[in-house]
Amino acid sequence: MFSIFRDLVRYNVEFAIGLVLVGIMVVFAGLSFFSPIDPSLIYMTIPDQPPSAQFWFGTNSRGQDMFWQLSAAFKNSLQFGITVAVLSRIISITVGLAAGYIGGWVDRVLMFVNDIFVAVPIFPILVLFYFVLRNHMDSFTMALILACFGWPFDARLIRSVALGLKHREFTRHAVFAGMSTRKVLLEEHLPYVMPIVFATFMNNMLWSIGMEVTLAVLGFTNINNPTIGTVLYWANSHSAMVVGVWWWLVIPVILIVITFLGLFLLAMSMNEYIDPRSRLRRMGA
Amino acid sequence: MQSYLWFAGKRVLQLVAVIFFGVSAMFLVTYLSPIDPVEQVLGRLSARSNLSPEAIASTRIALTEMFGTGQPMHQQYWNFWTRLLRGDLGASLMAFPTPAMELVMRGLPWTLGLLLTSTFITFIVGNLMGGLAGYFQNNRLFKAFGIVTMGLQPIPYYIVAFVILIIFGFLWPVLPISGGFAMDVRPGWTLPFMLSVLQHSLLPALSLVLVGLGGWFIGMRALVSNIVTEDYVTYAELAGVRRDTIVGGYVMRNALVPQITALAMVIGGVFSGTIITEQVFNYPGIGSLLVDAVNAGDYSTVLAVCTVSITAVATAIFIVDLLHPLLDPRVRAE
Repeated sequence: MFSIFRDLVRYNVEFAIGLVLVGIMVVFAGLSFFSPIDPSLIYMTIPDQPPSAQFWFGTNSRGQDMFWQLSAAFKNSLQFGITVAVLSRIISITVGLAAGYIGGWVDRVLMFVNDIFVAVPIFPILVLFYFVLRNHMDSFTMALILACFGWPFDARLIRSVALGLKHREFTRHAVFAGMSTRKVLLEEHLPYVMPIVFATFMNNMLWSIGMEVTLAVLGFTNINNPTIGTVLYWANSHSAMVVGVWWWLVIPVILIVITFLGLFLLAMSMNEYIDPRSRLRRMGA
Repeated sequence: MQSYLWFAGKRVLQLVAVIFFGVSAMFLVTYLSPIDPVEQVLGRLSARSNLSPEAIASTRIALTEMFGTGQPMHQQYWNFWTRLLRGDLGASLMAFPTPAMELVMRGLPWTLGLLLTSTFITFIVGNLMGGLAGYFQNNRLFKAFGIVTMGLQPIPYYIVAFVILIIFGFLWPVLPISGGFAMDVRPGWTLPFMLSVLQHSLLPALSLVLVGLGGWFIGMRALVSNIVTEDYVTYAELAGVRRDTIVGGYVMRNALVPQITALAMVIGGVFSGTIITEQVFNYPGIGSLLVDAVNAGDYSTVLAVCTVSITAVATAIFIVDLLHPLLDPRVRAE
């Protein structure tokens, strides 16, 4: 695993850039653990100060230091993205491997369910959930809901790999040696799909954080919990751009773009790594 | 032909299943939710007026009757479907007594127009540029195009729309940033109205296109760069077939088949993006309607928007799937 990583950093510029960008954001988000102020409190400093040596990212109209505010926001958003990605990976691995290996009616039923999930437009459903849950909609509930909708594409991808693994020599050996289906899937097939799982992990994080931003900007989440989306929500509700507090919007947007580009570059270069043809081309073979 | 009908029949079944399960899930969510719609509406009604307790009590009875929440679950479920099949989801509360369905139908053409035009433009431009970039791998222009679109692709719809709004709203105000048409034109099939609609749709469409291009570009470039190494392409090149015939007829046409499948898979996501973008630009589609309805606590309209969204997206995917065998001779033969 470590050598793969080293090769990727050495031969793949996109991976290296992505790693640096995500690294910067993770360190920035990690700083919130050392935050001197509680980011959920308001009117702690002078409002509307432009970026300066004292306030690196300025302060907003709610009297919050934007540096610590954004640090906490990115920590919460990244945590949210990771939660959704882990949960939905569990579903997609289970469904994908089971459908590909067991086949028959299990496969047909699972893929039928899969097709239904692909066809449902997620955004109206999320809004509906908010509408009926209102204040019960905290970020963990939302992570659960998104995880339930974030697996179908990747399950299909994993299934296609599992279909190929099913007829390989080693699978037959394992079955004849008396391994149970669960053991074959977990110990023999899972390592083969891990690269896909990692690449889709990033994509899933992108998707879920994007959804969270969208919902929060409309005010459809717990707006007192600092996340990327709620920072923008408060900036909009104080008309930051009209009042001239541009740093309240511009700095978060730049940081969001850095995060998303970084995650995307990681996902894309991992994808490329999975496809051996493009990897050979890159290494000059 | 028979195999095609068989295929179409299976797809119809799937369409019905998607709509059935989607709408049932929706019913379940609203049924199991800890919040009673009747109390929620009452809370909103009595918040800004001093109604007498008797008036509130009788409103409660009327609302319970209207939502049918007093009945057992299977009865509610049955009522829900019978009303839905008649296209009646009750009166909207924010525009009482207009039926919720009518509000949705008023917004739907705007949403569909925005969705279909931007998807069409994105699909054509993204695939064309991606295909050319895959074929002419050293061309600087296509490389630059690729870097820009791929950089925009991971950014959420909301952020891209928002940045465009800031650029064209504050820094360089040349295009209208809000609404579906200008206030001073009368809706109708007249030239000024249509020009106004076009002008107002430019920015929402632009932000949807910018986000969408990258995905098609990456997919098509990867497909084409694999197809280019196939023997039949080398053979055609050696045989002196014209370049544009090879690119258009031999390479891109073959690469387009998986892209059509991909089109069916992304429609749901693009639909979500469209209704988000509408909200940013205050476009009069069902996205803005949905947000307004949630803020107004309008139960019927939220349900109507969700039902129509599920049906519309499922139908769009169904249509794309039906087109698929007509383009790919291998699927037809099966």
